[in-house]
Amino acid sequence: MHAPWCTGMGRSMNTIEIPFQGETLCALGSGALFWPARDLLIVSDLHLGKSERIARRRGTMLPPYETRATLERLAADLAATGAGGVLCLGDSFDDLDAAQGLDPEDRAQLVSLIEGRAWHWVEGNHDPGPAGLPGEHHAEMIMGPLTFRHIAEAGAQGELSGHYHPKLGLPGCGGTKPCLLLNAARMILPAYGAYTGGMPATAPELRALIGSPAFAVLTGTKPLLVPYPARAGAGRGRRRF
Amino acid sequence: MTALPPSFEDWFAKRGWSIHPHQREMLDRASASALMLIAPTGGGKTLAGFLPTLAELAEAPHQGLHTLYISPLKALATDIRRNLMIPIEEMDLPVRVEDRTGDTKQTAKKRQRADPPHILLTTPESLALMISYEDAPRIFAGLKRVVVDEIHALMEGKRGDQLMLSLGRLETLSPGLRRVGLSATVDDPQALAAQLARAPEPCEIIEADPGPDPDISMLHTEAPPPWAGAGGGYAVREVLAQVKQHKTTLIFHNTRAQAEIFFHKLWLANEDDLPIGIHHGSLSRQVRANVEAAMVAGELRGIVCTGSLDLGIDWGDVDLVIQIGAPKNVKRLVQRIGRANHRYNAPSKALLVPANRFEVVECMAALEAVKAHELDGSPKGPGPLDVLCQHIMITACAGPFDEDALFAEVKTVGAYAGISRAQFDDCLDFVATGGYALRAYDKWKRLLKRPDGLWQLRDPRSALRIRMNIGTIQDADMLKVRMRGRGGRPLGEVEEGFASSLTPGDTFLIGGQVVRYETLREMTVEVTRRADREPRIATYAGAKMPTSAQLAHRILDDLQRPDWPELPRHTRDWLHLQREVSQMPERGRILVETFPHDGRHHACFHTFAGRHAQQTLGLLLTRRMETLGLNPLGFVGTDYATLVWGLDELTDPAPLFEADDLREGLEGWLTSNAVMKRTFRGVASIAGLIEKNLPQARKTGKQATFSSDILYDTLAKYDPEHLILRVTRDEAMRGLVDFARVEEMLERTRGRVDLVRAKRPTPLAAAMLLERDRVPVAGAGRERLAEEEAARLLRESGLAAFGAATVAGV
Repeated sequence: MHAPWCTGMGRSMNTIEIPFQGETLCALGSGALFWPARDLLIVSDLHLGKSERIARRRGTMLPPYETRATLERLAADLAATGAGGVLCLGDSFDDLDAAQGLDPEDRAQLVSLIEGRAWHWVEGNHDPGPAGLPGEHHAEMIMGPLTFRHIAEAGAQGELSGHYHPKLGLPGCGGTKPCLLLNAARMILPAYGAYTGGMPATAPELRALIGSPAFAVLTGTKPLLVPYPARAGAGRGRRRF
Repeated sequence: MTALPPSFEDWFAKRGWSIHPHQREMLDRASASALMLIAPTGGGKTLAGFLPTLAELAEAPHQGLHTLYISPLKALATDIRRNLMIPIEEMDLPVRVEDRTGDTKQTAKKRQRADPPHILLTTPESLALMISYEDAPRIFAGLKRVVVDEIHALMEGKRGDQLMLSLGRLETLSPGLRRVGLSATVDDPQALAAQLARAPEPCEIIEADPGPDPDISMLHTEAPPPWAGAGGGYAVREVLAQVKQHKTTLIFHNTRAQAEIFFHKLWLANEDDLPIGIHHGSLSRQVRANVEAAMVAGELRGIVCTGSLDLGIDWGDVDLVIQIGAPKNVKRLVQRIGRANHRYNAPSKALLVPANRFEVVECMAALEAVKAHELDGSPKGPGPLDVLCQHIMITACAGPFDEDALFAEVKTVGAYAGISRAQFDDCLDFVATGGYALRAYDKWKRLLKRPDGLWQLRDPRSALRIRMNIGTIQDADMLKVRMRGRGGRPLGEVEEGFASSLTPGDTFLIGGQVVRYETLREMTVEVTRRADREPRIATYAGAKMPTSAQLAHRILDDLQRPDWPELPRHTRDWLHLQREVSQMPERGRILVETFPHDGRHHACFHTFAGRHAQQTLGLLLTRRMETLGLNPLGFVGTDYATLVWGLDELTDPAPLFEADDLREGLEGWLTSNAVMKRTFRGVASIAGLIEKNLPQARKTGKQATFSSDILYDTLAKYDPEHLILRVTRDEAMRGLVDFARVEEMLERTRGRVDLVRAKRPTPLAAAMLLERDRVPVAGAGRERLAEEEAARLLRESGLAAFGAATVAGV
């Protein structure tokens, strides 16, 4: 069931292969993970419909194009991997009303991506119930050795989660980027949605979950694998560019 | 015409004063609908502005607000009130004066709305807030005069545009309002006057006697200034000696960070314990008030300050002004020098302290320009539309409005006199619906058109949020700093970006103290006094002004002289050495120097277009070098030159300066550029697309907020002709991109490029190597380096053999 593009060990294909719990997952530059053995693309925190929710709640009218931007990225990843299944790791919608309030064109685009694919919606704190779209709804989900849930739980093994929107920068190489965090027991995915901020990967909440030894994969044109910064004075060295 | 009442003549006589001719003229022409006074500092400008008001109020009682006085600084409003109380009390005039600024207590503000004083002293932002209230028509109904102080400073930016839109509103509320502007010496009084008057009406101008020429020179120091940088640390001893010889010295800096560093160094060297204070816009109100009070009481011998003291606060007996760092702009220098010696008709004394070798040359050119009475300035563009968007929101807060009436009112504002109905409609549509090509917000519009044709807020509660975000001052997001512990003293503020780079134990300078970062609690930086490390320097995104075109030309001409006998030895030798090993930059040619250094190829472009344009050139040139396969890695731009480094050598620079290619590059490059994003942030928050202040305190969880850069990228991709992007482009081209200066440079050099290939850095270029603010170039070269860096980190972490065993442990 391996998609042929992923078996060639990453580098030239702009992916990073990650052995995890006996399985192999491929990290994409976009922040998505591809699981070739299950033909499954995993993304987290799409926050579709965010601008609509902000307008509804605060009256601020942000450019209403983030759903479009996020879905275009998703469509590109699906085309590149040819994935037959998609798993959204929660906070797929900014809230359940936002799922209803999607622009008709955006909604049609989303439905066309879902059609013909095994589509799993794992719920998040922003979208705690079914959003009225095709696909299966799950509170959490277990597939082989892996558990999928929105918010990481202490002591979990083989867990994939989202929620925190981790971000990290390389010393001397510009600003921070959304990143995947991983250690032997768990992975925390970056936010995939266009209008999403981030939490420093070294924030206490994340450090408590990810500890070390651990790694981060920075998003970008090419994903970059780096060690997760150690606690004291890590990542503070300066280098000229 | 307003005559001076006899009691006033007596009061002047009793004080031994005689009324200045321009003060008399202000009274004579007090009935003019618009009147501008141009007078040097110390010319009794403010009293000239108030005399007609005091005379009118002394002659005939007035119910409610008579005169509104607007100043750019809160401190100025307070200071003016203090000064104004003297004649009022001594002549026992029936006049109530109050100030109203962001610092005024809520209870006082409420009372002022219910029962306005005769004279209200305020700022443009507080005025905008007042006209957003439903009871604005009542408050301003009987208003007779508006006095705008330091109008030359206000009209340099959007605060002035906002103020003039507010005046347009006031005119509607109180027809026949008289406008008075008080200005320091400027290059183009007519242009400024046209901004003040109700368009298209004329504005009368009174020019006071400018007084004697200032006594100004460069400070001689034992140690030469450093090669690069913007501080005056090397001159601390000499500056202290000057402070000792004078009664009171103002020590001006171009940025807050420089003021902090200098004050710290001054304090370490201050063996005589001279009382010296520091004053800048990021210090807490309490700290500033203490310094101001000590200054007025004559207790301070010196004050280290920034533009926050640029304006006419009466600081008593200042007898010396020291300017640290080249002034960049002759007009501002002249205005600053005027701060010394408040006695009219006595020369002001000032000293310039160049911050680096190049600034020695710039200071020399500035001194010549002052002597020649050559002020620099560039014409102000049309009124910015983001400010108009905010004004429409403010108008909507006050109550339902008619779009035709508002359009007519806006057209009476000088800066907006040329606005088209289509532009106005764009702004109105943006405020009402977001103005997107994708009409997504039918349900959640901000403004609704009622059946009677008037516009109103859809949700009246949104007025609160709009009022919280009034203003056009674009400070970076600032965090308050205070001492740790219950009721810890507030010290001031630092940029959020700087605060987030701190880890506990780091130390930094604020208000001249070294403090130690402890925690970030509820968006406040808590610090202690345990300072056991070398302090870091807090960053403030103070807009560094570029050297003006006029001054840059003067510098280029000066460089052509055979010798510079008036310059200190070190700088003279440096220039001669440059001539010997390379050549001097010229006004009509582009000098490019290339040399290897530190394993990289360098190219230095001496084009003298000012900081912003040199940065833009850096971006354009590196972009073209990238396509030529030269793998540029980064650049740094100063007021005088741009230095680029990369993996390959530049051998043929002339084609880089093809004007059409540069313009084309600008088109392609402009949208994805950091400068555009920065400009966008300002425009978007003024126009109300982004709200900085929310009713509930900001959340600390970072994932709740996302950067405005993302909004910019999304908008640029899906709605490139959106109003806010158009405004951003216009503004960036004039401001941070400053393409006009690039064009000016291309025009004077006309493709005449000289290449000097050197074996090592040339004297002029060597100074550039030490400049900070290096900008990385995101290209193939850098991608390669980032990959190398990632590999290095993996290797050093001992986890290079990344595989199942190391990570997964399975």
